[in-house]
Amino acid sequence: MSAKQKSEAGITHDGLFFPQERLHEIHDQMLFIRRFEEKAGQLYGLKKIGGFCHLCNGQEAVCVGLHQASEPTDYMMTSYRDHGHILARGSDPTAVMAELLGRSGGIVKGKGGSMHMFDIDRNFAGGNGIVGEQVPVGLGFGFSSWYKDDGRVTICIMGDGGINQGAVYESFNMAALWKLPIVFVVENNQYAMGTSLDRASAETHLFKRGISFKIPGMKIDGMDVLEFEKKMREAMEHARSGKGPMLVEAITYRYRGHSMSDPATYRTRAEVDEWRSGRDPIARLQAQMIDAGLATEEHFKQKDKDIKQQVAAIAKDAEAQPEPDVSELWTDIYNDPIENAYPYPGKVN
Amino acid sequence: MSKMTYREALNQAMVEEMKRDDRVFLMGEEVAEYNGAYKVSQGMLEKFGPKRVIDTPITELGFAGLGVGAAMAGLRPIIEFMTWNFAILALDQIVNAAAKMKYMSGGQYDVPMVFRGAGGSAARVGAQHSQSLENWLANVPGLKVVMPSNPADAKGLLKASIRDNDPVVFIENEINYGDVGEVPDKEYIIPLGVADVKRAGSDVTIVAHSRMTGFALQAAEILAGQGIEAEVIDPRTIRPLDENTILASVAKTNRAVVVEEGWRFAGIGAEISARIMERGFDDLDAPVIRVTGKDVPMPYAANLEAMALPSVAEIVQAARVACGKA
Ligand SMILES: Cc1ncc(C[n+]2csc(CCOP(=O)(O)OP(=O)(O)O)c2C)c(N)n1
Repeated sequence: MSAKQKSEAGITHDGLFFPQERLHEIHDQMLFIRRFEEKAGQLYGLKKIGGFCHLCNGQEAVCVGLHQASEPTDYMMTSYRDHGHILARGSDPTAVMAELLGRSGGIVKGKGGSMHMFDIDRNFAGGNGIVGEQVPVGLGFGFSSWYKDDGRVTICIMGDGGINQGAVYESFNMAALWKLPIVFVVENNQYAMGTSLDRASAETHLFKRGISFKIPGMKIDGMDVLEFEKKMREAMEHARSGKGPMLVEAITYRYRGHSMSDPATYRTRAEVDEWRSGRDPIARLQAQMIDAGLATEEHFKQKDKDIKQQVAAIAKDAEAQPEPDVSELWTDIYNDPIENAYPYPGKVN
Repeated sequence: MSKMTYREALNQAMVEEMKRDDRVFLMGEEVAEYNGAYKVSQGMLEKFGPKRVIDTPITELGFAGLGVGAAMAGLRPIIEFMTWNFAILALDQIVNAAAKMKYMSGGQYDVPMVFRGAGGSAARVGAQHSQSLENWLANVPGLKVVMPSNPADAKGLLKASIRDNDPVVFIENEINYGDVGEVPDKEYIIPLGVADVKRAGSDVTIVAHSRMTGFALQAAEILAGQGIEAEVIDPRTIRPLDENTILASVAKTNRAVVVEEGWRFAGIGAEISARIMERGFDDLDAPVIRVTGKDVPMPYAANLEAMALPSVAEIVQAARVACGKA
């Protein structure tokens, strides 16, 4: 094989070429998120992670596809199901784990927990706990790009339950009215807690929800990372070129319950299996790469071992951190805390 | 000094700050082409153009959230609510998003913005358009709550609010918009968290904010005629509250009356009187008395409406009771 041919090894999907190294990167990111979430689930079971903990097992292709299709300068925000997205974005996984554990080195100093992860250096703006709340906030980020003409696109993610909030339509209207550079992404994982899509939504084709605002919609298979990235790039291009917002519906599935406290009895085993074994995004990419002669089964086995070890080490490092200093209770509320603002018994000095 | 209305003072504050800093923009319903429902933004569209003075659809939740996101992304939005009654639709963004982003992000994201608009009771517009909700907002850590009672304060405080790096809830008074007062010609800023002694006195401290400051000053005039010298303090910012100025006054007068237009239950007066009790108990010669709006939705009928609101007579009476002269 000549050097030139070698550098061209990869997979062409629907006209978009994915070179070998990038396929590995994409795969490893998805697998890392999968194993990270499993570890989080385990630590939750051990009561080391508290509160709510929403895992994204099954949805990794959406997390990674969004990241791959965007620039580091683009803005991104999502709901409480945020671990996968912030990891895909490249944030320090030890800091993310430390946050889950409520440790001093947490990505937001232990003040947010599972639902409120932020990374300003990666333009990741949450981590928001109120269903739909992040959508008007995303509108504002998009507005800022329009105002400053900075060429950035905002990726504003919501769930199939969240899209029914009124705030979303207020935002759709303004985003389209002013042609703001925003891609609204609906992670349609079929359920909002225990409520299936068809029990909550009159129009279940969610990509059509922007029609009355003249927002074009795209429905994408969110279990196929290459397909997802390809289409998502088109959506980003649309928004970046000044044509206004785009609505992307990613068809996906969460393998676990809504949160760690949800046994998900509202779904049949057969249904879960159909997605898990039939459509799993990681297994699918592995098969594609093996078919294309870009990797072996052995390689993936070894990779999995390595990543599991890596995640275990991360968890250990995070757990070894102390809890936040008690003085942190009073910080990050105001920029200039007023003297005597907290003169009450119980004040921590 | 120049004479101008409360509304003009607010307008000047915004114009000066927008000239100074091109990250500042004004957005809200009817703020641009209509010049503002209460004409506070008169002429601003002409001065700054449609990119910086922006009319929105009637979607309070949506554009409040837009302000939050824009502030997080480095702009300095002024979000006008036509009145605070409608800001209730946007409470999620104000309380859950604006107030807490800094905290939830471990200090990574600041939200330097102002939510402003007309508040307080209006005249004869019924229960949904006539109410004081500052205690709701002042209850939330992460928000600052500012309520000017005259044109000079309105200008100085709004400029400080726009420059502030935290989200500020700036509640104007619907009935005060036309009030005329002296405003310094030179640029000036009134720091947030600093109360103002509007009238000095030695016999009783009356703490009153927003429109009630005027009522308290009228009451003080009447009291003076009766041989009682009242000191009137306007906190100007409800949160952070300048309790030192209030406590210093109570240490001098040993008596206090707290006045507010809003409802009595869990109101601002409850907070202030509790603080006087906690830190100024030894200075008190009588219990702190609260004069408040009545705990009822605002009636439409003129006589009932007047009864629902605090009156100058009630403040005079309360001060006399506090002084043991009732
Ligand atoms: C305004 C609001 N109402 C209710 C809830 C409780 N809640 C949390 S998640 C959720 C379901 C949302 O589902 P979806 O938007 O589909 O997102 P997914 O969890 O599937 O990612 C509900 C009802 C909330 N957090 N906020």
